[in-house]
Amino acid sequence: MPHIALPPDLPGIRGAMAFRPETARPLNALVEVLLTGPSTLSRGERELIATFVSSRNCTHYCHSIHGAIAAAHLGGDEALVKQVKTDFTQADISPKLKALLVIAGKVQQDGKLVTSSDVEAARKHGATEIEIHDTVLIAAAFCMYNRYVDGLGTDQPDDEALYRERGRRVARDGYVTVSEEYLASHTHAAAH
Amino acid sequence: MPHIALPEGFPGISAGFTYRPETAKPMRQLAHILLHEPSSLSPGERELIATFVSSRNNCQFCQLSHGAAASAHLGDTAIVTQVKTDFRSAPISDKLKALLVIAGKVQQDGKLVTSADVEAAREQGATDLEIHDTVLIAAAFCMYNRYVDGLGTWQPSDPEMYAQMGRHLASEGYNAPSIKQPLNQQVDQPVGAA
Repeated sequence: MPHIALPPDLPGIRGAMAFRPETARPLNALVEVLLTGPSTLSRGERELIATFVSSRNCTHYCHSIHGAIAAAHLGGDEALVKQVKTDFTQADISPKLKALLVIAGKVQQDGKLVTSSDVEAARKHGATEIEIHDTVLIAAAFCMYNRYVDGLGTDQPDDEALYRERGRRVARDGYVTVSEEYLASHTHAAAH
Repeated sequence: MPHIALPEGFPGISAGFTYRPETAKPMRQLAHILLHEPSSLSPGERELIATFVSSRNNCQFCQLSHGAAASAHLGDTAIVTQVKTDFRSAPISDKLKALLVIAGKVQQDGKLVTSADVEAAREQGATDLEIHDTVLIAAAFCMYNRYVDGLGTWQPSDPEMYAQMGRHLASEGYNAPSIKQPLNQQVDQPVGAA
C-alpha cells in the first residue's frame, strides 16, 4: 500500500512518475543517457551495474526490472543476471566489468569509500575515464531511484513474467518512449 | 585529487557536470524543479531538506553549497547549522520537522519510512505532493552526494565561495551553472575525500 495516493494500476517507479510527470521527465532522461546512450560499455553491462546496485539496496522492483532488461540485452541469460546479484566475482563477465562493479558497490554504500587503487584496478583492465565516471553515476543514480521507489511504499509485484515482458519492451524501445505512454495517460488523473 | 581527469578548478558537482554535459542536463533540471520551481514548500525549506540529507551523507560540498542556498533564502545561517545538528530543536515548522523525519529515513533506506511517519506529516498539514517531493529530494541527494564523493572531486572549505554559490543558486536556480569559470585552487587546499 503506497504511502500517498499514487495511481493504482502502475507498479514501482511508474506509479511515482505518473503522480509527478514534471520530475519524471528528467528522471527518465537521465536513465536514458546512462543506460541506453552511446557508450563503450554495452547496454547489457550497464544494466548489470544498475541491477547489482538495486539488488544491494534490496529494491525488488528495480533489481527485477533492470535484471530483466539486462537479460533481454544478453540473449535471455537470466542465470548470468542472478549470478551478478549473488556473487559477481564468480560471474562469467569481463574482468573490467568486475572491477567496475567493485566501484559501484562502494558508491552504493558511500562514495567516499572508492579508493585510487579501485580506480587503478579498473584502468588496468581497460576501463576508460568516462566508463569510470558513468559507473559512479549509474550507481549513485540507482541509490536515488531505489530510495524513491521504496520511500513511497510503491507496489512491487512478485510476478517474474511481468518483469520479463516489460524488460523486453524497455530493452527494445528505451526508457523515454515507454514512459511517455503512462505519463500521457495519467497526467489528468494526477492528484494536483 | 579526483579519481578521473575532471576539468581543473571546478569544485564538487560542477566538475562532474562540466565533464559530462549529457548527464548534467537532466540532473540540473531535476534539482531545479525540486528545489527552485514554485511549490507549497518554500525554497528555503526545500534547501534545508537537501542540506540535512547531504549532512547525513557527510558530503562536504553539497551540505555547504545547499546550506548556503538555504541561508540565502532564509536570511539566517544559524538555522541551517541547527537543522544539521538537531533539527528537532530548530526554529522550523512542525510540518518541516515531520518531513525531515521522512527524509532522514530515505537517506538510510526508503523501506524505513512507515505509514506512521507519513501520518504524522499529514497531521501537521503536509500534502501528498509535499511528501512525494520530500522523498524525492532525499533520494536525489543520495545520488548527488555519492556522485560528488565517488569521483573524488575537489571540495573546497572556503566559506566565501559557498556563500557566493548560495546566493546564485537562491536567485537563479539550477538550470544554469553557478560556477562558469575554473576557480584558483591555490587559494584553498583540497579537502581529502578519504
